[in-house]
Amino acid sequence: MTTTSRWRALTHHHLFWPVAVLVVLLLVNVPFTPDFFSIKMTDGHLYGSLVSIVLFGSPLILVAVGMTLVIATGGIDLSVGAVVAITGALACSYISDQADQSALAGVLLAMGLGLLAAVVCGLWNGFLVARMGIQPIIATLIIMVAGRGVAQLITDGQIITINSEPYKLIGGGYWLTLPFSIFVVAVVVAVTVVLTRRTALGLLVESVGGNAEASRLVGIRSRRIKIMVYVFCALCAGIAGLMISSNTSAADGNNAGLWIELDAILAVVIGGTSLLGGRFSIGGTVVGALVIQTLTTTIYTIGVPTQTNLVFKAVVVIIVCLLQSPKFRAKVFSARLGAKSGAQGGGSPSAPAPAGTTAAATEAAPKMEVS
Amino acid sequence: MLNRRNFLTAAIGVAAAGGLAACAKKEESGSTSTSGDGGSKAITLGFSQVGSESGWRSANTDSVKSAAKEAGYRLQFSDAQQKQENQISAIRSFISQKVDVIAFSPVVVTGWDAVLKEAKAAKIPVVLTDRSVETSDESLYVTLVGSDFTDEGRRAAKILEKVLEKAGHKGPVKIAQLEGTTGAAPAIERAKGFKEVMEADHKDDWKVVVSQTGDFTRAGGKQVMAAFLQSNPDINVLYAHNDDMAIGAIQSIEAAGKKPGKDILIVSVDGVKDGFVAMSEGKINAIVECNPLLGPQLMEVVQKVKNGETVERWIKTKESDFMQDQAKDALPTRKY
Repeated sequence: MTTTSRWRALTHHHLFWPVAVLVVLLLVNVPFTPDFFSIKMTDGHLYGSLVSIVLFGSPLILVAVGMTLVIATGGIDLSVGAVVAITGALACSYISDQADQSALAGVLLAMGLGLLAAVVCGLWNGFLVARMGIQPIIATLIIMVAGRGVAQLITDGQIITINSEPYKLIGGGYWLTLPFSIFVVAVVVAVTVVLTRRTALGLLVESVGGNAEASRLVGIRSRRIKIMVYVFCALCAGIAGLMISSNTSAADGNNAGLWIELDAILAVVIGGTSLLGGRFSIGGTVVGALVIQTLTTTIYTIGVPTQTNLVFKAVVVIIVCLLQSPKFRAKVFSARLGAKSGAQGGGSPSAPAPAGTTAAATEAAPKMEVS
Repeated sequence: MLNRRNFLTAAIGVAAAGGLAACAKKEESGSTSTSGDGGSKAITLGFSQVGSESGWRSANTDSVKSAAKEAGYRLQFSDAQQKQENQISAIRSFISQKVDVIAFSPVVVTGWDAVLKEAKAAKIPVVLTDRSVETSDESLYVTLVGSDFTDEGRRAAKILEKVLEKAGHKGPVKIAQLEGTTGAAPAIERAKGFKEVMEADHKDDWKVVVSQTGDFTRAGGKQVMAAFLQSNPDINVLYAHNDDMAIGAIQSIEAAGKKPGKDILIVSVDGVKDGFVAMSEGKINAIVECNPLLGPQLMEVVQKVKNGETVERWIKTKESDFMQDQAKDALPTRKY
């Protein structure tokens, strides 16, 4: 009895399905890459598939964490890919103009410049959404479209290659035998979790996402909260932009961070954050981003033919999203468990369903007022 | 009231964004500039470029401009900013200006029949550069000046033979292939040409063990190669469809503790400057050139067409192959 209740508590944990998918995806690799889980020392740093997944997945985790807070307020930020391109372009073009590209002061200044540009983009998004009342999808579309043009203007349409050891550290270097980007991600995630779960900030973000107008009436400065999350999201994208350009020691205005906004939104959804806003899970988002990166690595290692890459990805994503849906789970599992315990299986679908409808209803009110 | 205000701000925002986007291309934004000595007998050439989306493309533009200047032609240059409608209106304006020859790199493959018929009716010959078009009537253009991607694939396989010989390689050749963007003509044809030679001459000893798209980008090449090295640690040759992917892959090979150019022999296509830098450092073994500097060849063709001489339907760009020992000498001459 206790084991079944424990099992039920486990499967009902919001992280259960994302983690289960991640584990299955990792295991799928083993027949194709026998030493998939092995990690060895090479040139003074750890080397292995798992290290690669975290290293290449770091920018996505960062962008997705920022995106989570924006989505929690009921918004969306499509401009993160362009912000990634702008930040990388600014930092690299500044470094390439230096006489000594490896001078620490110059590199720090370059990174500061890039992040400043990211913050400005975030302020612009927040201003349009919170002050001007423009739909987030439209407001952030502006920088998504124009930002890549700005990045190309900065790089002159060329790929800027730099040769700077300190700059290489943030996205491609190692520290204490681990990729340095892991530490950056850990710090950002830890700060986010502490700020949102140890202070009232997370609650405020969720209440703004639940109902912005009601939050304002009870005295929450919902506009300020909204501006803040867009700035935070852009800052995360900016750090990711530094990482991506640092990883290849080059700024590519055309391709850096291309479509990362969609991967980030997907990671947020896989992690169990509702696109309607009002609740969020940073841990879920991190797992979601790792699922996406593992999926990408899996495609490369198991030898899916290039033409069917996207079909394979689509099938996995559909399965993950279906598993995430309480209604789908209730249908499938109650049908299977039906003979054994009809009451238990039948009980679970009724619980999440009304929650979903109320969330939709509360969201409908502010939406109508804005349009 | 509120709705209208929101709409207005949105409109202003979009307009501002449009302005920013336009800034990015302002160098050549749709304007038609004239260069050349303007002598009375000089040939007038109308040239419509795709846009300025890559370093390869800007090198291509510079080459056409400087070659026209050198040949003493009047050049009407127009940048289509990746839009077919811009290109069609540019060609129409060339027709109304009665230029002697029209040249253009088509943005897309289809949809050119109407405007090309107008050019034919005005008796202005049309030369395609870099990319081809599909038309119902083959007489609508005179010739295509551009690269043969399939042949680049064949040349890559041929030069790999030389590389293997030079490295004194013995035993089976296990090749990893980094493909370009799925569905793009250069990606399909570079893979096809390579396969042709491999199946004809090296059916037994060569094998492509893994092949995956790296989207022609450095980040793509790096990530895919990192996964390849895990799943197939015995790879000893890398064939990359462009230099950027090879440069990305080199970083992954180094992270795995192997020596690019020694433990894993690398052949790539394009010949951009950074590719040559990597080759001069011994990290790439050979590069098959895909030449954007087709300006001089284009001017030659224009002269012939103007004189009424017959030219071939497809004039292939002059391209060379480079081995490592040529890299240091060739590097200072690379313009892009």
